Amino acid sequence: MIRLLKKLLFVLPLFWGLQLFAQTIVVCSDCKINSIKEAITNAVAGDTILVKKGTYKEYNIVVDKPLTIKGENFPVIDGEDQGEIIRVVSDNVTIDGLFIINVGTSYTSDHAAIRVVRSENFLIQNVVLEKLFFGIYIEKSNNGKIYHNKVIGDAQDEYNSGNGIQLWYSKNIVVEQNIVQKVRDGIYLEFSDNIIINDNISTENLRYGLHFMFSNDDLYTNNTFENNGAGVAVMFSKRIKMLNNTFKKNWGTAAFGLLLKEINDAEIKDNVFEENTVAINIEGSNRVVYSGNDFISNGYAIKVLGACYTNTFEKNNFLYNSFDVSYHSKINDNVFHHNYWSSYTGYDLDKDGIGDVPYRPVKLFSYIVNKTPETIILMRSLFIDIIDFSEKVLPVFTPDNLLDMTPQIKRYNDKD
Amino acid sequence: MFKILKYIFFDLIRSRWSYVYLLFYLLLGAVLLFLNNDLSKAVITLMNVIIILVPLIGTLFGVMYYYNSKEFTELLLAQPIKRSSIFIGQYLGVALSLCMSLIIGLGIPFVLYGLFQSNEIWDFVLLLVTGTFLTLIFTALAFNIVLYNENKIKGFSYSILLWLFMAVIYDGLFLMSLIAFQSYPLDSFSIGATMFNPIDLSRILILLKLDISALLGYTGAVFKKFFGTGLGLFISIGALSLWVVLPVLNIYRKCRKKDF
Repeated sequence: MIRLLKKLLFVLPLFWGLQLFAQTIVVCSDCKINSIKEAITNAVAGDTILVKKGTYKEYNIVVDKPLTIKGENFPVIDGEDQGEIIRVVSDNVTIDGLFIINVGTSYTSDHAAIRVVRSENFLIQNVVLEKLFFGIYIEKSNNGKIYHNKVIGDAQDEYNSGNGIQLWYSKNIVVEQNIVQKVRDGIYLEFSDNIIINDNISTENLRYGLHFMFSNDDLYTNNTFENNGAGVAVMFSKRIKMLNNTFKKNWGTAAFGLLLKEINDAEIKDNVFEENTVAINIEGSNRVVYSGNDFISNGYAIKVLGACYTNTFEKNNFLYNSFDVSYHSKINDNVFHHNYWSSYTGYDLDKDGIGDVPYRPVKLFSYIVNKTPETIILMRSLFIDIIDFSEKVLPVFTPDNLLDMTPQIKRYNDKD
Repeated sequence: MFKILKYIFFDLIRSRWSYVYLLFYLLLGAVLLFLNNDLSKAVITLMNVIIILVPLIGTLFGVMYYYNSKEFTELLLAQPIKRSSIFIGQYLGVALSLCMSLIIGLGIPFVLYGLFQSNEIWDFVLLLVTGTFLTLIFTALAFNIVLYNENKIKGFSYSILLWLFMAVIYDGLFLMSLIAFQSYPLDSFSIGATMFNPIDLSRILILLKLDISALLGYTGAVFKKFFGTGLGLFISIGALSLWVVLPVLNIYRKCRKKDF
């Protein structure tokens, strides 16, 4: 009891002290302080700056002390295409509820709506960004959270547009419930480890919905990637976990749902790939586990380009894809087992739910199309069906050990 | 001409084979819908069946009908009727009754299944249009064959050969030439080569509609332009119409000169 009292005696003044010193500075167009810059100059560490509704024409706002900048009813900060708008260079900064527009476009520096530089414990939430170059740019900053923001770009060309949310040399950051549209890369990670990306919706971006470069040990779950140049590109990264995401309608001449390049030890689980030209394009990826994914109505479900070893594909549903698996070489070191293939025609006499005849997912036609792309014009022709059948009986051109020895008779229904 | 058309048409729709053909499509449509529970999947499967089966039935039925009704034709020739109206009338009678079996046979199960409430209606209409085109084309080709061959055995073997060539052999040659010349730009060639085979044309037409266009456009600019825009649909339908018109014109030309 006495110990508790002592503790209280010690803690309570601390609270009072905070209450005494942390004050709220109100910014509005006809207040004493009518610009955010001025408010920051007047503020001391720990203060809250409350920005009232209105339009503030400001750019190059530098937040150099631990402050909370909070917008009321989404005040507009208009950068008038002059350059960067907010730069955070202090730890413990919170930015909440602002509407930032007109970030300047530059070919020499990456102007961002909000840039965080070498800072810890930041929180950026409920921010709406429009007419931007780069959206939220996190640079060498750790332990932050980017939560519930909306980034709506108007990118036309790849060379003069920026990314929605970009993390560069940053660690332990949570990116959650953001909506990113019409920028170059929706979310871009470079040299960023231990990032968690959840429940985001990234659509209609010019290049990738989500893009990893040299980033390890990241996790992304429950995101939706729709109608992007390519859904997600994961390149030169290790130990990435991709769970429960939806890759949809990444549909076009060079579009992928998921592009893997030089990826090792990743886990791709319970995702849905629907109507992509290529659902997963794999190159130089090893020890990746694909399980419980649904591949529905894609052009190619899995396209293996080469140098892919000891990958495992298990318990996936392959439904109505034009090509289930496409290989460029005759060598196979990957394992396919316990998948459901909608084009499987075998039988199950012993009724154990596993087909008695192995399934051969690589068709001869996919091999021919790889060699001579124009032959795709013969798709679904009777002649092609005949040669596919003969190849199935006696494989000559396709890897002969590429077999699903245990094809499922019924599809997995864990999602419904 | 219309009198003969009408006579042949009613003669045929009273015949057993028309009913068998109709029943076959009825059953096929119903079973597919029952098994798939999915209109678009059923349309794809039907496409595979139609582009192979319709030409076969068209050619065989055309040849068979001509040889069977040869005596009747000769009787008609003795009457003061224009030759072209006799033969074109016969051709249209056979082709239209086959088309009717196809449309009604496939239409009934799909309409009952709720086609009008679904988005697949245009895919299905396209399927029927290509089926109709194929019937018209292959019946006309069959009439061409029989007009040139009095010998029944020869006529039948040519018609089967024609079907085999169009359905299988052509694609084989096409594929081999594509592979042989793979180091050359082949976009225009492959589109051109499709135009010379009505079965390939119909296949492409349906593939386009079933959203595989992006996959087809995967390879090159010419493909992309052809398959990605309305141009592909327009040219394909144009070429199919040409495939109907040219053989019919030849029937018209040949039957006037032919000695009976």
